[in-house]
Amino acid sequence: MSRQVLTPAAIALNRFGLGAVAGEAAPGDPKRYLLDQFQRFEASTPDFAQLPDGGALVTRYLADRRDMRQATPRTTPQADPMGNAPARPQRSDEQRAMRRDYAQEVRALYRQAAQARMTSALSTPAPFIERMVHFWANHFCVSADNPQTIALVGAFERDAIRPNVLGRFDDMLIAVEQHPAMLIYLNQAQSVGPNSPAAQTAAMRNPNRRRGLNENLAREIMELHTLGVRSGYTQTDVTEFARALTGWTVSGMGGGMPGEPMAFRFRPRQHEPGARKIVGRTYDQPEADQGRAVLADLAASPQTAMHVATKLARHFAGDTPPQALIDRLKATFTRTRGDLPALYRTLIESPEPWAPDAVKFRNPWDWTVASLRLLGPGVLSQMQTVNVLDQLGQPVWKPGSPAGWDDLAASWAAPDALLRRVEIAQRLASLAGDRIDARTAGPQLLPGSLSPATAEQVARAESPATALALLLVSPDMLRR
Amino acid sequence: MVFPLDRRAFISRATLAAGAAFVPHIAFAAAPTDRRFVFIIQRGAADGLNIVVPYADPAYRTLRGSLAIDPAGATRLDGTFSLHPALVEVGKMYGQNQALFVHAVASPYRDRSHFDGQNVLETGGVAPYAVKDGWLNRLAGLVSAPSGSAIALAPTIPLALRGSAPVTSYAPSKIPEPSDDLMVRVGQLYAADEQLHPLWSAAVDAKSVGEGATTEKGAAALGKLTAAFLTRPDGPRIAMLETGGWDTHNAQNGRLTAQLRTLDALVAALRSGMGSDWSNTTVLVATEFGRTAAANGTDGTDHGTGSAAMLIGGAVKGGRVIADWPGLASAHLHEGRDLKPTIALDAVIAGAAAESLALDPDLAGRRLFANIAQRPVTGLVA
Repeated sequence: MSRQVLTPAAIALNRFGLGAVAGEAAPGDPKRYLLDQFQRFEASTPDFAQLPDGGALVTRYLADRRDMRQATPRTTPQADPMGNAPARPQRSDEQRAMRRDYAQEVRALYRQAAQARMTSALSTPAPFIERMVHFWANHFCVSADNPQTIALVGAFERDAIRPNVLGRFDDMLIAVEQHPAMLIYLNQAQSVGPNSPAAQTAAMRNPNRRRGLNENLAREIMELHTLGVRSGYTQTDVTEFARALTGWTVSGMGGGMPGEPMAFRFRPRQHEPGARKIVGRTYDQPEADQGRAVLADLAASPQTAMHVATKLARHFAGDTPPQALIDRLKATFTRTRGDLPALYRTLIESPEPWAPDAVKFRNPWDWTVASLRLLGPGVLSQMQTVNVLDQLGQPVWKPGSPAGWDDLAASWAAPDALLRRVEIAQRLASLAGDRIDARTAGPQLLPGSLSPATAEQVARAESPATALALLLVSPDMLRR
Repeated sequence: MVFPLDRRAFISRATLAAGAAFVPHIAFAAAPTDRRFVFIIQRGAADGLNIVVPYADPAYRTLRGSLAIDPAGATRLDGTFSLHPALVEVGKMYGQNQALFVHAVASPYRDRSHFDGQNVLETGGVAPYAVKDGWLNRLAGLVSAPSGSAIALAPTIPLALRGSAPVTSYAPSKIPEPSDDLMVRVGQLYAADEQLHPLWSAAVDAKSVGEGATTEKGAAALGKLTAAFLTRPDGPRIAMLETGGWDTHNAQNGRLTAQLRTLDALVAALRSGMGSDWSNTTVLVATEFGRTAAANGTDGTDHGTGSAAMLIGGAVKGGRVIADWPGLASAHLHEGRDLKPTIALDAVIAGAAAESLALDPDLAGRRLFANIAQRPVTGLVA
């Protein structure tokens, strides 16, 4: 097997960055090239800024639906004479049409947001920082699995992740947990303190319809966003944290004023009264401050430092990350109290991420971005990011679980997955036409690192398009 | 309460096969087989209590409130349990003695993380990340088939099927096929790559079978596609399918109904696609853990412990619910909130997998679940 040995320039472009852009010169000083990107990153991009307001779309739909239900109530479901299950409540034609229109609008917004994400990845002056945006959006994953989260997921990345990617972990944590997308996705918006005034009023009105706690967000914050699973917290800690978070809801979701914008809203009447004890500490702060105080402590916990350090190390230094790098990142996280640029600097200054073996198998998103950067502008306008990533098995912002996508080769390197990449590569290469010569693009992508076997296959291809497709699916391109 | 067969009866029955346990260290030669085993994983913690409903348990209705399944609309299974009304075809199979349910089961995992729970369910370890490969892959190592013994009907290989036994994967694609020339050249490009070469060979093989089967999408098409692979004389004997969306923290009734309709369509299409081979087929449906016994405050349920598993197939000794029912009274709940597991899911899987592939249950149990807590449950599959 002819082993590919990556030069520092190829590593800076591919392992840290998102792949070389067509015609891009190899960075002369790879570390400097990465550090300079801290100043160049653009948190706001025109495409993201122009996205229609997903929150307004959702609130308008919810309000319309409410109005229509009041005007034309659904028929009451009844069991048939055979005792079979009652049919689902019938929607009127008008209700069905409204729902269809809404679904279409939401879908259009999602496609536009995914296209904005790809445009940003292709044209960014700071590909390393852009990679970190993708990393954190996956760490704090909102999976776009229902119309509400589909409408909001682009805004989530734009408003909660991008502005904080060069900030502090605790600030990003607050922004993420108070974003309507997260509050809806992990059911926090509906969670009500069992002894809160709101629950008591509801119980008086209808004793059969209890309103109460939903512990989903509290559990995933501890397990996925901060401490990490099996780091010592208990079921009681989860439930207590869920109680502390009650009242954290979203405006514009019913019960509020009509036309209210969708945003984080603390509703004191839903908040569970009393002090909470979570992971050994007592929290007696009033109202929303209680949950914020817990989040601040979780962000500062050594378990969180360990969890974040391990995930970062895995992303840059291999599926089984070296302990020395984890320890160094953890020390940086603790010393700087979660300063993210300091963590990025530790990565750049550490030897492990510069190992010459291609240690990471590119996931479909990463591979598509690198392919499109190589093929140059023009291809993206002829394709839908959403469709391509659906085909490749990594639908944009839809991992289907709050854990986000796995960062392991075993999750992505599989027979069918490989076949998909060959299909897409052929399609992308045909869209690129003959603007790009694979024989020169290969060495640009991997300065001083293209394996002889790939160079030979590319040179022997029957056509420029085949050569390009082969380069895109070459082992050199599949790994970083 | 009366149960068709309780746990203690199984354990005594399992000891009849104990002779095999005295010849442990014999290597298990891979054996060719005509029998098929399919594992459908329910990711997200499926709510066993609303799928196989303990309608006769006095606490059920109180705990579930508006989420409780009305026995009038459900398929009655026996004096204790009824089946969710969306599982129409599965209910018919139960009536034909081709489906059974095992209730109050759980893997050894006792916390409430989906990801850790799935890791334990799929690896067959007793703690998350303690075992690196999957039990289904180890099962694949025990049977032989000319073109590899197992397939994942998915673009990537789920953890339960990862490991040293060769496994392929396939999922239908909408993109135009690559040219033959490109396919050949990619093969040359990967020829010297240790990781990519075997993956590519498997992909090319699966492509030729899959494309002949169906171009449709959806649950029924997936069932048909799975059958197309499993019915080939030289095809795989083990298949794995993934279903998601079981994590019903809110609006559970509508969501669970939709999930179960999909599952029902999948199983029905698989049965019709298998044709006469259905009589040699066993389908296991299982989830990482169950959900809270009580409804939560948002018309849903939170992460719990005990759940229900299904065995469906022509060879299954069906028409019964197997349970050592712990009861839902609050004193009997696990940690005061969840259905208490009384049967080890590992023991059910080991017994069902072994019997469905005609392997020795005790040996298979040790191979699939090194730290198995109970003897494999036997008498599940003819």
